[in-house]
Amino acid sequence: MIRIPCPFCGPRNSNEFAYKGESRRRPDPATATAEEWRAYLYGHDNPEGWVREGWYHRAGCRRYLKVERHTLTNEVRSAEPAVGA
Amino acid sequence: MLNGNGKLNGYRGRKPARYSAFDLVRHGIRHGEWPRVWREHDLSPAYDVVIVGAGVHGLATAYYLAVNHSVGRIAVVDRGYVGGGNSGRNTAIVRSNYLTPEGVRFYDRSVDLYEHLSADLNFNVMFSQRGHLTLAHSDASLRTMAWRAEVNKLEGIDSSVIGPEEIKQLVPYLDTSGHTHYPVLGALYHPPGGTIRHDAVNWGYARGADARGVEIHQNTEVLGIDVDGGKVTGVRTNRGRISTPVVVNCTAGHATLLSDMVGVKMPVITHPLQAAVTEPVKIFLDAVVVSGTLHVYVSQTDRGELVFGASTDPYASYSMRGSLEFTEELAGHVLELMPSIGKMRLLRQWSGLCDMTPDFSPIMGATPVEGFLVDVGWGTYGFKAGPVAGETMAELIATGKTPELIAPFELARFAEGRLVGEKGAASVGH
Ligand SMILES: Cc1cc2nc3c(=O)[nH]c(=O)nc-3n(C[C@H](O)[C@H](O)[C@H](O)COP(=O)(O)OP(=O)(O)OC[C@H]3O[C@@H](n4cnc5c(N)ncnc54)[C@H](O)[C@@H]3O)c2cc1C
Ligand SMILES: [Zn+2]
Repeated sequence: MIRIPCPFCGPRNSNEFAYKGESRRRPDPATATAEEWRAYLYGHDNPEGWVREGWYHRAGCRRYLKVERHTLTNEVRSAEPAVGA
Repeated sequence: MLNGNGKLNGYRGRKPARYSAFDLVRHGIRHGEWPRVWREHDLSPAYDVVIVGAGVHGLATAYYLAVNHSVGRIAVVDRGYVGGGNSGRNTAIVRSNYLTPEGVRFYDRSVDLYEHLSADLNFNVMFSQRGHLTLAHSDASLRTMAWRAEVNKLEGIDSSVIGPEEIKQLVPYLDTSGHTHYPVLGALYHPPGGTIRHDAVNWGYARGADARGVEIHQNTEVLGIDVDGGKVTGVRTNRGRISTPVVVNCTAGHATLLSDMVGVKMPVITHPLQAAVTEPVKIFLDAVVVSGTLHVYVSQTDRGELVFGASTDPYASYSMRGSLEFTEELAGHVLELMPSIGKMRLLRQWSGLCDMTPDFSPIMGATPVEGFLVDVGWGTYGFKAGPVAGETMAELIATGKTPELIAPFELARFAEGRLVGEKGAASVGH
């Protein structure tokens, strides 16, 4: 079980959220090469350790959060609003 | 020294006797210890091939390398024990009714190999072709089933769409009344599909490989891989360094960690997958029943336990801890299908780490680093592929040529946009 400290709703169980995956920078669609675009689509770091990732609080405040989580222990270190960050 | 599994150091160079009825009687009368079926070795400083991961994929690759080819000294190394990864944690469903012609052909070869595996390995793998049903609860899924059935038939696979009456005959305890939230409208029926005893497959391959000179090293973790001038030169382990020109990545959920050691990027995300079993009851369920809509599947073991599975946990993780969310959701969905089992109790639940790819097909073959081969991306569906993956990877290692059966699954397909989409046939019914 993963508990996410939502800055708007307090600590909530992860099954209230939709998982959005590792945060990655999207290349500019107008200038990206096919390789860059595919690397963006399919490339992941998939680390065993701390990751920065997106979660959407769909059964709560309906905001997108930027979360830091350890993938081996599922410990969550921080959760902040994604917008504006 | 003795332990519950016979002499700790195995049979010391002497090949184990073939198992036979005579052997069974002899052991029964003498109450003798059965000898261990593979040996332990000191780690040598050099091997011709090092396979990382002693799951069904690593072991089968070693076995077919030793049986079908001659490539010198082969080592299989694992950070844990034989079959301690997903190969000992799966729900053991074997079938070939996939969605793409590439997938169907590939998995069907595996079913063929499984059909003769007990005899090949002299080890009873308990392959039980009891039939496999994938339920359709909507017109849309009925259409997908019809599509799959047609692709299957073209490839010569026994697969067809059947209606609720026929389903009721095969699985009397299923609620086909139509008065449910998700009524059963039909099913994709695949008679040769079924279940197998996964541990026996792992142990049988390990024993067969060992008997042909393959060294299996448990408790041996690969910590780094040495590359010189774009070529693999060796691996570093917790037991010392090994020189080798060939390293095969068969590490499932840890696939990217190993590939990262040589700088090969792979489109794999590790998701936990959970499963559970009930207490044993009298046999009442023959076929394997899958419902994609309800995210659940069930089969009954020969001992009488119901084995339940579902789709992966919805986030990336290397944690194998089970969750209550899983059990709650599972129980709700199973009862929707079979209300009569409401009083049964779960015995245990567990989880494994699945190497998920974007198209639900594996990644097999060469990589940009010479001598570094991969056989990963087996996600939630790779146990059934053990034999064919071992056979084809062995051929690739020995001949340097990619067998036609696995050419569609190269790593390069992602960069080139040639995905082999199997999500519709593999995301719930593994
Ligand atoms: C709950 C569950 C149900 C499933 N159900 C089915 C099913 O019904 N049908 C089906 O076909 N498939 C199923 N699967 C999928 C199937 O189990 C796997 O795809 C398959 O077993 C993968 O085998 P493998 O040999 O590649 O990996 P594994 O058996 O996972 O072996 C990988 C090994 O690599 C070792 N390793 C990792 N890192 C290192 C390192 N650095 N150094 C040394 N060793 C290392 C690990 O210790 C492990 O033993 C299921 C999986 C799970 C978890
Ligand atoms: Zn919130």
